[in-house]
Amino acid sequence: MRYWFSCFHGQLLALLLLLIAIALFALSLGNYPLTMLEICRFIGSHLGLSELPPERYNILSNILLDVRLPRVLAAILVGMALSGSGAAFQAVFRNPLVSPGMLGVLAGASFGATLGMLLHGNWFSIQLLAFVFGLVAVGLGVAIGFIFGGGSMITLLLGGMISSASFSALLSLVKFAADPQDELPSIIYWLMGSLGMSNLNEVLWLLPPMLLAVLVLWSFGRALDAMSMGEDEARALGVPVHLVRYGVIVAATMGSALSVSIAGMVGWVGLVAPHIARMLVGPENSRLMPVSIMLGAIFLLLADSLARGFSVVEIPIGIVTQCLGLPLFLLVLHRARKGWN
Amino acid sequence: MTQQPFKGRRAPLLYADNLAFHYDDHEVLNSVSVDVFAGEVLALLGPNGTGKSTLLKLLLGLTQPSRGSVGLGGTPLTQLSRRTIAGQIAYVPQHHVSPFPYSVRQVVAMGRFHHSGLLGRSSQRDALVVEQVLQRLRIDHLAGRPYTEISGGERQLALVGRALVQGANILMLDEPASALDFGHQARLLAELRQLADDGYAVVMTTHHPHHARMIADRALLLKNGIVNAVGTPAEVLTPVAIQQLYDLSEQELAAFTRGMAAA
Repeated sequence: MRYWFSCFHGQLLALLLLLIAIALFALSLGNYPLTMLEICRFIGSHLGLSELPPERYNILSNILLDVRLPRVLAAILVGMALSGSGAAFQAVFRNPLVSPGMLGVLAGASFGATLGMLLHGNWFSIQLLAFVFGLVAVGLGVAIGFIFGGGSMITLLLGGMISSASFSALLSLVKFAADPQDELPSIIYWLMGSLGMSNLNEVLWLLPPMLLAVLVLWSFGRALDAMSMGEDEARALGVPVHLVRYGVIVAATMGSALSVSIAGMVGWVGLVAPHIARMLVGPENSRLMPVSIMLGAIFLLLADSLARGFSVVEIPIGIVTQCLGLPLFLLVLHRARKGWN
Repeated sequence: MTQQPFKGRRAPLLYADNLAFHYDDHEVLNSVSVDVFAGEVLALLGPNGTGKSTLLKLLLGLTQPSRGSVGLGGTPLTQLSRRTIAGQIAYVPQHHVSPFPYSVRQVVAMGRFHHSGLLGRSSQRDALVVEQVLQRLRIDHLAGRPYTEISGGERQLALVGRALVQGANILMLDEPASALDFGHQARLLAELRQLADDGYAVVMTTHHPHHARMIADRALLLKNGIVNAVGTPAEVLTPVAIQQLYDLSEQELAAFTRGMAAA
């Protein structure tokens, strides 16, 4: 076979184990280094299986549950949502170079978040504004596509570009209006992306909608295969084309907007993870989707570990994914160009 | 326009009644009626831009007519779900390239989608049907190859395979042989004839009157959006009719036919 492993389920299991191992590794990283053994002991005592001295337990609980776990969970969720959205968009728009930001969600969400900072909103209101404006931007893009082209693929993409450009312009306006002493730096820093802002409650609260978005995208796998051959063909094959297209847009937008609100702008994951997945298991979306989702989570966990572990000062994760994404993408381009002609 | 029922008095599988189609102000088709019967190859002929592909899409229910209706058995397509239609009518588009390197087997298996529906999974039976069709079309040796890396003729056969696993009894093909080399044209046309003999209704648009002569039971001549003639190729594909259909002079047609005969 042309793919690397033959047994798909074995491959999924291997990826899952890898994801868990990397998550444990990420939990051990930080200013207060912990060994894997200690983490396992803590988990054991948390579940009531073994005993740790109470002071030790409290320290570990503070470090692991309050500081590191939210971060690790956020990395996994954001990676899953962005890579799942990317894979689904690539199929629906029949273009392997489409990324989740295509319809304007990232530009809109960035504008919303910066607006929140300008208005000195609290953390929750900033996240809410990011989410809402992400949806507004995609809504605007889709509306433009409908008004000027009856909702055809190409006008949808153009509508997304226009919406994206409009919100980038508005974002510049907000930056210009911001106080250059304190507001502007925090806006710019936020835009670079960080996973360190979230607490466990927030992450647990965002877990269900993000998992739901990812599951919806995954469940459309077979329909996405047909859609990527062309809309008329998909319709003739019995696919409810509009339901799938707008279902994907809604789910992907929800996932991406929430991930911006957790982590700011995190680029490249949604483009690179589906491509690596396609190299591993081929283009069939029912397989591509779960593999892409897990690779996205792994990619972001590694990027966050680098962001935290590379120097004393934490590097914004958006910068790390950009630095990692480009060479990875070149590698994929080199390997996959055969399938693209 | 009235038509002679084909092969006795069997009911048509698919009917199109007095279809008209406008695109903005431009009239693409006007008062087109046609019935499609089991076991026949129906060829749609006409110059470029005359509405052949539009007619095919109307018959597939992919485009809605401005006037008139298309129906399966006695039921208008508009009252049927896409899943139901997919079980009866299959579409083989003009050959194209997917942006993703699906294997031939995966492309063929897409035809089984409507059996399980949106959230369903493919079954053992799906896999079995796919293998049978791959063997029937003698493309099983290509099953694992990426669809993007095989020849145009093989790709067309894969798309025919996808149509066959759908389990539909009406096949609609848009220019199935136009982009193929001589050998693949002959092979594909023979395959289509065989399918009609096995009971499928085969509707195809074509640029080539000789393709219609070779395999079609009936030819429908379309010009400027209206039906010029319907009938057996021997009846309707006369030199005069072809001259008139494609705006050819007698000399031009004669020179071309001599060339074809020599081949």
